[in-house]
Amino acid sequence: MFAAKYHLNMKSLLIFSLLAIGLGITKSTDAQSVIKGRVTDNKSKPLIGINITLKDTYDGATTDSSGRFSFTTTEKGQQLLVASSSGLKPFEQLLTLVKDSSYSFAIQLKEEITELKAVVISAGTFEASDKKRTTVLTPIDVATTAGANADVTAALKTLPGTQQVGESEGLFVRGGTASETKTFIDGTLVNNFFYSSVPNIAQRSRFSPFIFKGTVFSTGGYSALYGQALSSALILETIDLPEQSAGSLGISVIGVNGGIQKLTKNKKASWGFNYDYANLWPAFKVIKQRQDYMTAPEYHTGDANFRIKTSNTGMLKYYGYFSHNRLGFRENSIDSIGYKDAFRLKNLNMYHNLSWRESLGSGWKMNLGVSYAYNKDNINGNMQDMNEKDVVLSGLEWKNFGLISKGNYFNAKAVFEKRLGGISAVRFGSEYNYSQDDPNYTDHSGQSYNFSIKEHLKSIFAETDIYLTNSLAAKLGGRFEQSSLFDRSNIAPRVSLAYKTGKESQASLAYGIFYQNPETKYLRSVGNLDFARATHYVAQYLKSNKYITARVELFYKKYQDLIKTNAQNNNDNQQIASNNNGYGDAKGIELFWRDKKTIKNFDYWVSYSYLDTKRDFLNFPIAMQPSFAAKHTASLVMKKFVTAWKTGFNMTYTYSSGRPYYNIYNDNGENKFGDLGKTDDYHNVSFSLNYLPKLFNKDAGASKFTVLVLSVNNIFGIKQTYGYKYSYNGARKELIVPPSRSFVFVGVFISFGVDNTENVINNNL
Amino acid sequence: MKRIVLSLAVAVVCLAANAQSERYKAAMEKLVPAVDTTRSITGLTELANSFQRIAEAEKTQWLPYYYAALINVNSANMLFANGQTDQIDLLTDKAAPLLAKAEELQKDNSEIFCLKKMLNTAKMMADPQNRYMTYGPAAAEALAKAKQLNPENPRVYLLEGQDLFFTPEQFGGDKQEAKKRFEEASKKFESYKPEDSISPNWGRGQLSYFLSQIK
Repeated sequence: MFAAKYHLNMKSLLIFSLLAIGLGITKSTDAQSVIKGRVTDNKSKPLIGINITLKDTYDGATTDSSGRFSFTTTEKGQQLLVASSSGLKPFEQLLTLVKDSSYSFAIQLKEEITELKAVVISAGTFEASDKKRTTVLTPIDVATTAGANADVTAALKTLPGTQQVGESEGLFVRGGTASETKTFIDGTLVNNFFYSSVPNIAQRSRFSPFIFKGTVFSTGGYSALYGQALSSALILETIDLPEQSAGSLGISVIGVNGGIQKLTKNKKASWGFNYDYANLWPAFKVIKQRQDYMTAPEYHTGDANFRIKTSNTGMLKYYGYFSHNRLGFRENSIDSIGYKDAFRLKNLNMYHNLSWRESLGSGWKMNLGVSYAYNKDNINGNMQDMNEKDVVLSGLEWKNFGLISKGNYFNAKAVFEKRLGGISAVRFGSEYNYSQDDPNYTDHSGQSYNFSIKEHLKSIFAETDIYLTNSLAAKLGGRFEQSSLFDRSNIAPRVSLAYKTGKESQASLAYGIFYQNPETKYLRSVGNLDFARATHYVAQYLKSNKYITARVELFYKKYQDLIKTNAQNNNDNQQIASNNNGYGDAKGIELFWRDKKTIKNFDYWVSYSYLDTKRDFLNFPIAMQPSFAAKHTASLVMKKFVTAWKTGFNMTYTYSSGRPYYNIYNDNGENKFGDLGKTDDYHNVSFSLNYLPKLFNKDAGASKFTVLVLSVNNIFGIKQTYGYKYSYNGARKELIVPPSRSFVFVGVFISFGVDNTENVINNNL
Repeated sequence: MKRIVLSLAVAVVCLAANAQSERYKAAMEKLVPAVDTTRSITGLTELANSFQRIAEAEKTQWLPYYYAALINVNSANMLFANGQTDQIDLLTDKAAPLLAKAEELQKDNSEIFCLKKMLNTAKMMADPQNRYMTYGPAAAEALAKAKQLNPENPRVYLLEGQDLFFTPEQFGGDKQEAKKRFEEASKKFESYKPEDSISPNWGRGQLSYFLSQIK
């Protein structure tokens, strides 16, 4: 029958097919090809462990110690031979396999340009993060440096390039003033990074080091993405999502703090806030201060944040900060014996930062940021008699004054990046900085003087990173700025080069021009003023591996168009900018050595800076070494963790050769020296101890963490002098010294997992 | 007729597919025993490469990706034992994408979370002082998840025991407590039946080593 016939045919067809498959299998086992060869790098050295594959088959081999490989395959026809290993550009070759043939290949693999292997453009830069190979300090290092008391900038002062200026806050870099260093958080400029100045007492930086995951400290030749800093840029990056929800509590001799950080269940967003109250009254009762405080420094500080993962690559972050602080003290007046000078300061500060970064696809990335800050200082100066009653003395009327200074600052920045094959990239964008300063000065008679300075600074910038090979890279950039206040514009080129001289060593060069507005505190009118200007030349040699970092840097910095000032109303305390005729230069050599290996559980670094600088600016009669610059500066930082005691011991020694001091007075329009000299050398030994009783505790796990901190600044009570202050007529002078010889800090900080309770409950259900 | 042709076609395809999966199984069966016995870096590199070739040819099987990642982590641990900590990152960076592929193909598997734990621990050991806060909790979390997914998995207890064994006492390590976990693992191994001849079944060799180290 029809069906039966077909059935039969089908059957035979089936048998035939099975046979065919069987034959096919035997046939292919018969046909073996041999593929062999040798893999080398571009210097003909054998490469070991390279994976050789016929793509989409199981067949292949791994190269041996001479770079050779050999395997047989039953595949035939056209096949793709692939040789690959991470960090190398894969090799691919089409080949047609014929029965029982042998194929031989000599394969040369080229290095892929990768961030891990490529040279890092590092001239002028110190990076503190846990990712980069050239990292010098990690965030933990910042927290455990003795004498730094968890102040980012204080820890940076143990690196070369910075000065040990104790009488005022800020980073004085390579002969520059503190105002020549600008700070950026998540890309945008931060105004008022430090607490408001108090005469002859250095203030801390405002922000906790624990909100930052990365720190880049450039002591010269920084990127075109940043501007308005003649000497240095401190670039801080806030943390992304926390690992887990956590709460924290702290209590110390200076105050209390508490906070919470909550990570949402889907781990895509987090929010948190902290509050900190500090009052130095109890500490000042125990540790005698030179100043007689009628109001001991008191600080209310709160911050809040949220972070949202907007996509796999995107992150939206907000950080907001609020602070109110006040202090008041009196000391014996230098201007009139038997009288006292009283100083009072109230400060209100607010800072908001919103940033968004996102990958836009096809190699494009975007970084947007805005920040707004408000600062209000309320300062009062008074002359007081022995009964601490305000008095106005004839000829010294100006010692009684009130100053209310308000500042509003808005900054916005957009940076776009496009990857250009490998890790080369081009970046460009623009920045807008708005500032409005409104000082209101009231004199002894109640007469008020108002002044307002508004600036709109607009910038555009572009730079490109070009990696020619893993060993050679260049960064070329430029920045254009336009100031509405001075009605001036500038163009600043920046260039750096880096060359890898060995597996762990590299040399780099940097050059750049940097512009900065005249400081607003010297402005009463804009007149014909222009930007001040600095040109940097930096050469660096760096050798580093996981344990040892050695760094030598040479630099030359030329200053042009610095501000010269005149004394207003013949009062030397009121200097007003008159022209840009100032100039100067700075040159030096800096050494850095860090070793974490030689002694077990012992980590130390040594910095040395030699600085030769002269400048003629402000009211200087001639070009001379400024009082904020010492010729020799050195630091030795040591950290030892004793595992058995769960305790870290940290010690820091800092040295600075004597700094010059001057009394300059105005003699009918001409600036003259009333006095000059050099201070004694400066030495400081600080000690701190961190005890972690619950470290690795099984029950507490990583979610609970307690640390006890004891720190002593200037533990040997060495006498330190910062210079002299002079009476208004130059007739008397008095040493400027720290408010107390030593300072002791004791505190306990606890962090605990907020999710922990939930886990415990879930595990027991 | 049409139906017959169709079923024939299906039969042929199935046969071919079966031959394919037989081939896969055979290739894997040849390599899997080596997971427990390979002790040299070069041997491990070769083994990882072989698994990776199978993984990339098959594309839909999670096991070869899993083994390729596992062998790279084992190499990293061997480097740590040799004191070559600066090369650990190279291997963990190789292992991470392979493990991610395995997890894409096989979600919520206890073995994958065990390996995740091992990968995080290896990353931590490359620089414990700076990485303890990041990779420590990640490793602990992965191991807890592995236990939750399959409390009968003997490798969970082996890894728990290893943590207690290697952690110094003042940091919460405890050799006697470690012994208890190893004994637990040993018990679990007795009743443990791998799903098939190529599913994860490693760890007995390591276990007897650790048991012999604790008196």
